[in-house]
Amino acid sequence: MTAPFPTRREEDWRYADFDALRPVWEQFAELVTITVGAGESLEEIWLPIAEDVQLRRVQLALGAGARAGIFALNAAPVYGRIELEVSLEEGAEFDLYAANIGTGLSTNEVVTNVKHLEPNGRSRQTVRSVLNGKAVGSYLGKVEVAHGAQHTDGEQSVKAMLLDRGATANCKPELEIYADDVKCAHGATVGELDPLQLFYAESRGMDPATARALLLEGFIMGLWDTASEPQAICEAAREALRRVV
Amino acid sequence: MLDISNLHATVADKPILNGVTLHVPAGEVHAIMGPNGSGKSTLAYALAGRPGYAVTEGSATFTPTRHPRESGDPAEQERLGSRFRGNDEGLDLLALDPHERAAAGLFLGFQYPVEIPGVSYLQFLRESLNSQRRSRGEPDLSGAEFIKLAREQAKLLGMDAEMLKRPVNVGFSGGEKKRAEMVQMGIMNPTFAILDETDSGLDIDALRAVGAGINRIMRAPGKGVLLITHYQRLLDYVEPDRVHVLSHGKIVRSGGPELAHELEREGYAEAAA
Ligand SMILES: Nc1ncnc2c1ncn2[C@@H]1O[C@H](COP(=O)(O)OP(=O)(O)O)[C@@H](O)[C@H]1O
Ligand SMILES: [Mg+2]
Repeated sequence: MTAPFPTRREEDWRYADFDALRPVWEQFAELVTITVGAGESLEEIWLPIAEDVQLRRVQLALGAGARAGIFALNAAPVYGRIELEVSLEEGAEFDLYAANIGTGLSTNEVVTNVKHLEPNGRSRQTVRSVLNGKAVGSYLGKVEVAHGAQHTDGEQSVKAMLLDRGATANCKPELEIYADDVKCAHGATVGELDPLQLFYAESRGMDPATARALLLEGFIMGLWDTASEPQAICEAAREALRRVV
Repeated sequence: MLDISNLHATVADKPILNGVTLHVPAGEVHAIMGPNGSGKSTLAYALAGRPGYAVTEGSATFTPTRHPRESGDPAEQERLGSRFRGNDEGLDLLALDPHERAAAGLFLGFQYPVEIPGVSYLQFLRESLNSQRRSRGEPDLSGAEFIKLAREQAKLLGMDAEMLKRPVNVGFSGGEKKRAEMVQMGIMNPTFAILDETDSGLDIDALRAVGAGINRIMRAPGKGVLLITHYQRLLDYVEPDRVHVLSHGKIVRSGGPELAHELEREGYAEAAA
């Protein structure tokens, strides 16, 4: 039996593109489960595929002391959704580096629910969006710290660059903390390119379009610095940026 | 080579330059000195075309050694566009966009070099140089050619070439940023450089390296330099042909190299009176 089709009243589906989702729902209704055993580590690089609608719905279970690093590029032409439900046992570490690169009328979203179940876990989520036209890019991220999950360190950093007036960035970091000794921080900014950085690049000979492209590339490429094999995602991100800038 | 005539400029509607007239012939280095807030950086920015620095009156004409019009190649002139062609006297600098001024051979050494996280120096400079070359109708340098050039120039300025792999100016000390500006100048090899307090914040060794760099890169018959500085120290290394005092947005005195010594002895207030 397929899980019921989501509704907009559900918080984590509020920005979804249901028209795009409906025809493919059956295929993605169930979350894919990935388990990382105690003390083990996992690195995943999620590249865009050649489809108008691209979903990844993953349940990630990290055992005690496990580590997971996810590098994800969300750049669907119509609707892209990266959904991650992560559970961390004692001392587990989770890193997410994700980009929404959107053009035209596309909707791309990163939706996470990170559950710190036990003490000493660390989660760090870094999301960068570059959007033009009427594109929508969203981050909905919930961090839950269970009762007793002391010394949890949770961080969410979200930044978006809107290249056109019609583009929209939604950012909704959410904390539910039931332990008293935890460190959770989130920061979110929506900005434009720094005019002084642009002038610096132009004063060195770059035309405005080249300068903008380079600065935007820097804004996104910083995400992949710690990936062990960043070439493919760098190339895919550059390709996606070329369509946007 | 650079002719500035009666230049007026405002920043945020506030008049800062009030009629600067200055003529730097090819082959010369001119120093500009003057109290804080007198408009030295504003002059540099107005000449480089920084947005927000509005020229309200006057002109600036720039004659690069190799005038784009002189190529005689109609295809190149077409690429350069009508504004780039200027008239027979030279390019109307103020009509050009900042990147076109760079392609014409102008370089600004920033008083406060800008940090750009996420973009490596190598990438930044390669993109800059090749953009300039394309504007001038020259072919791109290959990756290998560029790396060789960048390493050479870093070495000449006594900078560890590994630093060029780091993001532009991020985590650089004040002195390292200024040295890096000179490495950039070496790579771009401009025909005219405006250096805005490149000597501020340098220790003695760095000052010597920067002074030697300016002489090596810019002391040539077809080149010119506008050297903005507060100190005689740099002028001991890069001896100016002329020294000008800027005060309240105007050149109030000009003289030979001895004027810098006089300023150092007596201060701006006395010398400009
Ligand atoms: N962005 C700005 N907005 C308003 N005033 C400015 C700005 N930049 C410079 N100024 C003013 O212009 C004047 C000249 O500044 P500047 O050219 O930096 O002087 P200098 O380089 O000679 O120290 C100063 O009074 C300064 O406060
Ligand atoms: Mg200044």
